[in-house]
Amino acid sequence: MTEPNKGRSGASFFNDVRVRGIIAQIVVLGLFVGLIGYLVSNTIHNLEVRQIATGLGFLSREAGFDVSESVISYTPADTFGRVIIVGLLNTLKVAVFGVVIATVLGTVIGVSRLSSNWLVARLATVYVEGLRNIPLLLQLFFWYALITVSLPSPRQAHKFAEGWFLSNRGFKFPWPVWEHGHTLGVIGLLAAVIAIYLLGRRANRVQAETGNRPNVLIPGLAALIGLPTVGWLIGGAPTAFDVPALTGFNFSGGALISPEFAALLLGLSLYTSSFIAEIVRGGIIAVPWGQTEAAVALGLRRGLVVRLILLPQALRVVIPPLTSQYLNLVKNSSLAVAIGYPDLVGTANTTINQTGQAVEGVAMIMLAYLTVSLTISAFMNWYNGHISLRGGR
Amino acid sequence: MSTEYKPHPEDALSHVEEPATVYPVNPPTKSMDLLGWAKSNLFGSVPNTILTLLALFLLVKILPPIVDWAFISSVWSSATPDACRVDGVGACWAVVQNKYRFILFGLYPYEEQWRPVVSTLLYIVAVAVSCNPRFWSRRLLGLWAVVVIGSGILMWGGILGLPYVENEKWGGLPLTLMLSVLGIALAFPLGILAALGRRSSLPVIRSVSVVYIELVRGVPLISVLFMASVMIPLFLPEGVTINKLLRAFIGIVLFTGAYMAEAVRGGLQALPRGQYEAADALGLGYWQKTRLIILPQAIRLVIPPLVNQFISMFKDTSLVFIVGLFDLLNTVKTALTDPLWRPFYVEAYVFTALIYFLFCYFMARYSQYLERHLNTGVRR
Repeated sequence: MTEPNKGRSGASFFNDVRVRGIIAQIVVLGLFVGLIGYLVSNTIHNLEVRQIATGLGFLSREAGFDVSESVISYTPADTFGRVIIVGLLNTLKVAVFGVVIATVLGTVIGVSRLSSNWLVARLATVYVEGLRNIPLLLQLFFWYALITVSLPSPRQAHKFAEGWFLSNRGFKFPWPVWEHGHTLGVIGLLAAVIAIYLLGRRANRVQAETGNRPNVLIPGLAALIGLPTVGWLIGGAPTAFDVPALTGFNFSGGALISPEFAALLLGLSLYTSSFIAEIVRGGIIAVPWGQTEAAVALGLRRGLVVRLILLPQALRVVIPPLTSQYLNLVKNSSLAVAIGYPDLVGTANTTINQTGQAVEGVAMIMLAYLTVSLTISAFMNWYNGHISLRGGR
Repeated sequence: MSTEYKPHPEDALSHVEEPATVYPVNPPTKSMDLLGWAKSNLFGSVPNTILTLLALFLLVKILPPIVDWAFISSVWSSATPDACRVDGVGACWAVVQNKYRFILFGLYPYEEQWRPVVSTLLYIVAVAVSCNPRFWSRRLLGLWAVVVIGSGILMWGGILGLPYVENEKWGGLPLTLMLSVLGIALAFPLGILAALGRRSSLPVIRSVSVVYIELVRGVPLISVLFMASVMIPLFLPEGVTINKLLRAFIGIVLFTGAYMAEAVRGGLQALPRGQYEAADALGLGYWQKTRLIILPQAIRLVIPPLVNQFISMFKDTSLVFIVGLFDLLNTVKTALTDPLWRPFYVEAYVFTALIYFLFCYFMARYSQYLERHLNTGVRR
């Protein structure tokens, strides 16, 4: 070789790394496309043989089956499309409550494991090791059986006060008859939350400028109580309650926490909280002891040390694994199908059985979970970027 | 110096005026008698004392009734549930006594159940041997081949005078163990391939890997199992069928492979760049570099997360219940459909939970041990 090849190594054509790379990619792509094509053609053939319709047309057909609980109004005369929305909302309902409860419980248990109190630390350890080493599905069966088998029937229900009943049909309690006043009250609550957020930001700005922090607590509390009350009063101050009463073999009226929902929420929150506890513990350990000592040396009070020094640093370690625990909780909520809670998988599964359109059904389940998962990770990534160290400032 | 003359610690003070001699005085030992320990660990401050008292109150409230229920007033052995229906009787462990064969081995023919016992033991021994870093060598693969083939022969039978048992009748603990151990064994190479693919510089291979990993990690195992059980029959050419067990197994392997890929990727990323560059400088090709330099180090780094993955997989196999396989969880649930023993579900679930707990707890402890063990190896 008298002249070196520019851009190509001196090797022969088939030994060139880039040529090999391209060939490898063509082969992989070919195999991949070929496999997909083969599977699709088999599927189309099989669907024809079994005379199963394709397409999403079934979504606008009448579902014809009932679901035990729903956030939005639903009757068997509604469409398959609506029943799947009902399932999705049920999944989101249990996921939102589950995330909140698991986070609170997990934080408390995680801090307890680090407690200087030997007994408390031991109890927290037992809690964590016990819950996370037993399959969630087994725990769900246990809670569900505990509620449905051990609690009395509606006729012998535990009665805490007028209209508050606990039985094997769930927990019944009075609920306001919904009117404009309640809607306005909820709007007032949202306005109060926004107001408190703005107050906090203004307080931070004033503190940065003058060194004095204006009081946020009292105006905040005033907004939190005052605004919803004003909304409620403007709406005519409705006070009517729908009180449950025993009629025949079951209760009517009022609001209900069903045994399925309660078992699922309990199982999911306890199971996930044991993992969150470990994450919180890891996050606290990850902050060097010197940080606490330095903060104390600066004369900060104990509460301020935790809020200003420890928490921001621990959060940086905690957020990424916490995100995956939240995602796990959402995905694990699909185990609802095993105890009969009508979540997304449950309603989609019934739809598949009724229409035979498995491909579309499974695709919709996966799409819904992917959307929820990606939304949560996007939000948590944003939050993580928000609190992480900003380099080069 | 200090060994020549050791004054009594109290003498040390009386000798201070003597120059140039500093006697080492041991720090005061913490008084570790029970009272001192309790004072520092339980009643150190007022809030601490309140916490201790609260915890003690809870324990006193909860523990004695549980102990009484489980051990003292419980029925350990009875052929019928009548003995458990008497008032004041605690736990009815007789349900375990009557149902344990079904819970542990499912529908496997009763007289032949020594075969799943032996295969379960084979698996447990093989796992135990594999846990010891001293035995990590190629010969381990041979042991596993023997165990897998041996237990397969035992479970199916049909030769050596063993009656044939179709795999629809397999169930209980052996099924759970086989699904998780074989699942992890097959998911591992798949995960390595996907992790390498995700780190590849070739865009097509990278995108295929990313789509696979993210798609599977974004959806619940149930939906993967559903897909495997309802869609694999549609994917196959007409006339070809594969049974429920294999379909669920494929679903589990695909699912776990994606999680393994992320664990392995962590190991690949943790390797210093110099290792890659040094291998390139030696003139090694991609596969030589990967096989001889990168993977041995990367896999060593990710063994603890892989063990954790195995634990969660062991628990996750309980989901095959949903596609109708008789794993350990489904057998206990089926055993409880017997109306005679149905009221004693707590005891049956506790028994099953204990089995799961023992496996998972020891694997978790092992993973912690391994983390320490491997770290010291690296630090030298």
